[in-house]
Amino acid sequence: MEQQADTTNFAMWLFLLTEIMFFGGLFTAYLIYRNWYYPAFVAASHQLNIFWGTLNTLLLISSSFTMAMGVWCAETRKRNGLVLCLILTFILGLGFLGIKTIEYSEKIEKHHVPGFHYSLNSFLNPDSDEAAKAAGDKPLPLDMARHTEVYFSLYFAMTGMHALHMIIGISILGYMIFRARAGAYTTGHVTFVENFGLYWHFVDIVWIFLFPLLYLISRHANP
Amino acid sequence: MSHISPVLWQFLVKWMTDFSLFPPEASKIAPQMDALYFFMVLVSVIGLTIVILLVTTFSILYNKERHPIAVQVEGSTLLEATWTIIPLGLFLIMFVWGALIYFRVYNPPANSMNIYVVGKQWMWKAEHPGGQHEIDALHVPTGRAIQLTLISQDVFHSFSIPAFRVKREAIPGRYTTVWFEPTVPGTYHLFCTQYCGTEHSHMIGEVVVLTPKDYQKWLDESTSGMSLAQDGERLFASLSCAACHNTRPDARGPSLANVYGAKLALTSGGTVLADNAYLREAILNPSQHVTQGYAPIMPTYQGQVSEEGVIALVEYIKNLNSDYRVQQTTNTTDLLPEGEGKAVPAVTVPAKPGMVKQ
Amino acid sequence: MNYLSKENGILSWLLTGDHKRIAMLYLASITFFFFIGGALAGLIRLELLTPQADLMATDTYNKVFTMHGIIMIFFFLVPSVPATIGNFLIPMMVGAKDLALPKINLLSWYLYMAAGILALYTMMTGGVDTGWTFTTPLSTHYVNTNVLTTGLAVFIAGFSSIFTGLNFIVTIHKMRCPGMTWFKLPLFVWSNYAASILMVLGTPVLAITIVLIALERTIGIGVFDPAKGGDPVLFQHLFWFYSHPAVYIMILPGMGVISEVISNFSRKRVFGYTAVAFSSVAIAIFGFFVWAHHMFIMGISNYSVIVFSLLTMLVAVPSAIKIFNWTFTLYKGSITFETPMLYAFGFMGLFTIGGMTGVFLGTTGTDIHLTETYFIVAHFHFVMVGGMLMAFLSGVHFWWPKMTGRMYPEKISQLAAVVTFIGFNFTFFPQFILGTLGMPRRYASYPPEFQVLNVFSTAGASILGVGYLLPILYLTWSLKYGAIAGNNPWQATGLEWQTQSPPLTENFAVTPIMDHEAYDYDWLEGQKAKEVASVG
Repeated sequence: MEQQADTTNFAMWLFLLTEIMFFGGLFTAYLIYRNWYYPAFVAASHQLNIFWGTLNTLLLISSSFTMAMGVWCAETRKRNGLVLCLILTFILGLGFLGIKTIEYSEKIEKHHVPGFHYSLNSFLNPDSDEAAKAAGDKPLPLDMARHTEVYFSLYFAMTGMHALHMIIGISILGYMIFRARAGAYTTGHVTFVENFGLYWHFVDIVWIFLFPLLYLISRHANP
Repeated sequence: MSHISPVLWQFLVKWMTDFSLFPPEASKIAPQMDALYFFMVLVSVIGLTIVILLVTTFSILYNKERHPIAVQVEGSTLLEATWTIIPLGLFLIMFVWGALIYFRVYNPPANSMNIYVVGKQWMWKAEHPGGQHEIDALHVPTGRAIQLTLISQDVFHSFSIPAFRVKREAIPGRYTTVWFEPTVPGTYHLFCTQYCGTEHSHMIGEVVVLTPKDYQKWLDESTSGMSLAQDGERLFASLSCAACHNTRPDARGPSLANVYGAKLALTSGGTVLADNAYLREAILNPSQHVTQGYAPIMPTYQGQVSEEGVIALVEYIKNLNSDYRVQQTTNTTDLLPEGEGKAVPAVTVPAKPGMVKQ
Repeated sequence: MNYLSKENGILSWLLTGDHKRIAMLYLASITFFFFIGGALAGLIRLELLTPQADLMATDTYNKVFTMHGIIMIFFFLVPSVPATIGNFLIPMMVGAKDLALPKINLLSWYLYMAAGILALYTMMTGGVDTGWTFTTPLSTHYVNTNVLTTGLAVFIAGFSSIFTGLNFIVTIHKMRCPGMTWFKLPLFVWSNYAASILMVLGTPVLAITIVLIALERTIGIGVFDPAKGGDPVLFQHLFWFYSHPAVYIMILPGMGVISEVISNFSRKRVFGYTAVAFSSVAIAIFGFFVWAHHMFIMGISNYSVIVFSLLTMLVAVPSAIKIFNWTFTLYKGSITFETPMLYAFGFMGLFTIGGMTGVFLGTTGTDIHLTETYFIVAHFHFVMVGGMLMAFLSGVHFWWPKMTGRMYPEKISQLAAVVTFIGFNFTFFPQFILGTLGMPRRYASYPPEFQVLNVFSTAGASILGVGYLLPILYLTWSLKYGAIAGNNPWQATGLEWQTQSPPLTENFAVTPIMDHEAYDYDWLEGQKAKEVASVG
């Protein structure tokens, strides 16, 4: 029914608004602490692997593209096309999470996880650390180095929340692939796919904000 | 009297003799705040009376028996405007009046005597500049502006003296201040009013207001010998602060003589007033507060100094108007890590680059 | 045949999509939690009879007032009118068959129950003693009690609230019947719409704040920890950014009830309909900009204090407007004093006092002395209990015949309303004086000179308890023995009253067409005349 489609669409937009408020708290904390502890944020940001981060961004943007294609397939009743697009989106999403796992394990190895033997070594002696050396970082004074823990607290909170939303999305995608194969979305009832598409695009946009804020603080091309 | 049970009798007697609606007014700001309070009570009572009168009158006049047919009245823009503008006007009067009082309470006058208060679970520790320490008590003289500089060692607490009408949160990590001028000698309640755990209700004490003569007597009786500044001087030496903060031409840190109250130019570009909060921050988070002309090499003392220690250091620096004694300590001990034993000039150089005096 | 008799069996209730059945499920659950919260309040007042902390250990007392606050706010007040009366009536008031998202509605109830059970579990396994405000660093580093499970319970309850609000907004936007323009909606719908905006936009911030506390407690991130460079005052900002709009979430639906009740029992359209409608939305919008008035003495900058105080004055004005509009609705009306109207009058007096004392607190000068004392406790109980709870009872009585098909017994319910009003004033008015005298809140023991007023307050609480017990008894009684109510025992104008009591599962046999204004008593007379003519 058209009224129902319209209604659930409106509801999904409203739900995304609540998600914006949800992430908003984290972004507020980030803005405040970056303003106070800028040198710590610079040094800590340089610890993130920009290759993985960029690759992840490309994967997510592509997955938004495949998702949008999927919605088009549903609307034009192309069952096989829809299934293919959903599977591609699923794989790209999994790829994102896989890379995130690699990044997280790097952080664990280097003791950059707040609360678990957090180490200030990379910030006090940047020459001993590949990433810091490559970025040309100077050693931080001890009190500023301590504040890098705040950066990583926010890093894990923000990317963790984002990853949680990705996991939920991928699970729903899995369910949708089964239903799509049975033809559930290509007989005129496209609302579910459309609304899920909105959700997926939202998760993508959150990452588009996270990437520059977390990865790209004061990065310069090396002379 | 035998008919009234003893319990009830006690109750009535207590009520008759002990009853009050206000705490005693024992500070200069108290009557001012009470005046605003009375105004607000008056406005509230008048407002409430108007509403009650209208509701009662309408209920009687337009009771169904008396007025069986209702007359539909859509509204009246004039009335809407009236009861929007008049309350708004009254609220704005209260806002301005209240804001003036608020500014008065939290902007201490320049000549106020400063007492440090450290809150911790579950006691208040007050430290007078002369070195007198009190727990769960505060002795103050009448007729003088007293500033309290508060900090917490653990969770949020709130230092409240109802008789003075002042209250201020004690926060971990940051100084907060409030001031008052006591007017009536006596003993008054001191409460912690921010829930802080198990013994929150027992984090109470006494504020004892004395005449200036009695206050001086009390000071003399309870001094421990060392003033806060003297304690601070010892810490200053034991932490080797003078290794950098001295008056040698190649000194790595600015001289701290007369730094309190000065406007400093920072390397980050701004200027900052060197008050209590700044001095504390400079000791605990120095790399964000580097004076212009100096390198950011000062190590942090977070974890090496307690809040009382920081208070002692701040007091010491506040009272430092010459580097003479600093010179003495550097003369007698070899503090330079390089250990080159350079000759030290005996004469202090008062002004250093980077310190902008008002 | 009605929504109650249509299907039987427990599964038909537990798996229902019918907004009316879900409303009744909520009514039962929130009543249950109200009595638990009330019992905890009783314990508090008993302890405070004597100056010493002699009834229970201070740790226990701290847990009692914490749980009292959490249960009353999250498990009673926030869902009270929206989830029960709102769920039942909003679809009917807009002329729809059900809410926009019935399955989400049922999910809301299950989330609420899961959260509630978790909260009870917390209580039984040691409780939590941080105060409902979870202040850091106390809640993150200094207590060993069940902060995480309580936080999780509040988090889940928050989502229940978000989904209810979301459902209402979508329904009101998309499911109005033909002819139902925005300005023909009953004011109850406007109030719930405003409250739903707050629910949807504010609650997620509470959710993320709880997540941050959980992370800080478990893995030790230092977002609020000064030792790691964090700022505990940041927690205060994030917490109050939700918790201030939360109080408007709690009161706005109650104000909607009052509009309906006063209109009906004076047989008049609410005076200044547009002003009342817009003032609801104004409260919602301004309510987002005043949160730091809970933080005036916390060391935030003097200038931000001034800004927040000014905005607080602005948000007080729409509430004053409503009180006057309701008063003038009585003008030239035809007034009767059934129970819902008695509760509404009680609301008007008590909410006026509560609202004015809010201005005492929004004025920075007086706030210094009054904050963190019993004045605050008195203020919020006046608006929440004297205001909101009375509005809730008013609404339950007003719509009881519609929801159950039975009338409640009028005499005893009027008595209960009066008893409640008297008990309430005895309980909470002395607390204003206690606060002015300086007695701090959350104290298990206090200086002996405060005892007299505390004894008054406890005595009042026992009277208040009777006042709340009576409705439980006679409303339950009325389910079986109450007089059968017709479609419209009050001769009210809303769409919900133009159909049978209890309603059909699909609410209306034929989709209504809204061809008259809201509160159109002349139209109602016309309808009655038509009915008589068709029979006669």
